[in-house]
Amino acid sequence: MEPQLDVHTISAETEAPEPQADALPVILRSPTLFVAGTALFLVGWYLLYTHLEAGAALITAGLFGPINGRPFPSAVEFFIYEAPKVMMLLTLVVFGVGMVRSFFSPERTRRLLAGRNEYLGHVPAALLGIVTPFCSCSAVPLFIGFVTAGVPLGVTFAFLISAPMVNEIALALLFGLFGWKVAAWYLGTGLFIAVLSGIVISRLHMERHVEDWVYGITAGACDQACTPDSSMTWQERVLYGWSAVKDIVLKVWPYVLLGIAVGAGIHGYVPENLLAGLMGKDAWWSVPLAVLLGVPMYSNAAGIIPIVEALLSKGAALGTSLAFMMAVIGLSLPEVIILRKVLKPPLIAVFIGVVAVGIIFVGFFFNALL
Amino acid sequence: MKVEILGVGCAKCNQLYDLTQKVVKNNNIPAEVVKVEDMAVIAKYGVFLTPGLVIDGQVKAAGKVPKEAELLAWLTR
Repeated sequence: MEPQLDVHTISAETEAPEPQADALPVILRSPTLFVAGTALFLVGWYLLYTHLEAGAALITAGLFGPINGRPFPSAVEFFIYEAPKVMMLLTLVVFGVGMVRSFFSPERTRRLLAGRNEYLGHVPAALLGIVTPFCSCSAVPLFIGFVTAGVPLGVTFAFLISAPMVNEIALALLFGLFGWKVAAWYLGTGLFIAVLSGIVISRLHMERHVEDWVYGITAGACDQACTPDSSMTWQERVLYGWSAVKDIVLKVWPYVLLGIAVGAGIHGYVPENLLAGLMGKDAWWSVPLAVLLGVPMYSNAAGIIPIVEALLSKGAALGTSLAFMMAVIGLSLPEVIILRKVLKPPLIAVFIGVVAVGIIFVGFFFNALL
Repeated sequence: MKVEILGVGCAKCNQLYDLTQKVVKNNNIPAEVVKVEDMAVIAKYGVFLTPGLVIDGQVKAAGKVPKEAELLAWLTR
């Protein structure tokens, strides 16, 4: 086969080069077929999803007879209900977010944010943090690219904080496990922390605490290879969403299952209300403690949320549990070590401090509210 | 020909490095393949999403591991 490729059609975001009509999967050849197929898939998905609980109960009853509070069977039931449920939600949301992300790239985000008024830039930066594809291993080149292109430091931080903390996987799982209200509050408070931290860093004028060599760099423009083709066809966007599913779901499923297994263990063996005294609403000190424990820890959202669910079911307060989760996914030791290359210690300290305080505040807020 | 693989320790960066080595070797392409881990250099190329692939100073791909056929086409152009 003679590869015929035009460099201009290859972008950072498309997995496949310009698809030839006959190289497309059958389902993508006509919009009608695609819409019909998608509708059919969603109906099937919904039917399966709504019957998982009954199915898990049936299987467990078949295996062990009536559960009657026995720890092992209830742990098993928890696992065979939650594992497919979480994986199904994850697949759907990662696909959807993947398609949305095909419209964004760090380069485009940088262009949108460059030269923004410092005060009007924080909110869009935090919002773009959700939809821009970003991995914390790219945090440093991204930081340099933003700052040298004239994105204000605080605005850059609003982006860098929101990108890992307001996480689509977390959003999907919270929605699935706790309902839309909790998911919406998580989204709102996560954005709030990112914007607030950005504003604080702006107000403190910390530009001199960026390593000196950073401002000396002229970041090149990498337009053709890095910017997603704005003329991506809908087929390419679907393929992009699908490749996100393959990338992310294949990577995180062991963590998800491990998280659910730990959750199942807690669910079966930890007595009801054991955690109420330790992590309940009345134990105010548990919020800062949870954040303190969570900051150096790192896990992806997919692994931590089933544990959060199990903690909640044993009497831990929602605010405390969410604060723990946000601290684990939003701030991590590896990311801080990477960022140390471009940030001097005072700025690192302010970054961690402001975000941690923000999360503690959110924890208290949830505990008081719910 | 100089081929630079931009990126620090991400799984895809190593994947891209290995794939490029393989393509170069299998097709007897006279190219030198090097890893670039200096953040300043990566930023200078304007690459935010690693791995980045740079051939003779020109960024060919960022944020993904290209398919073998694409890679071969770039390397033999």
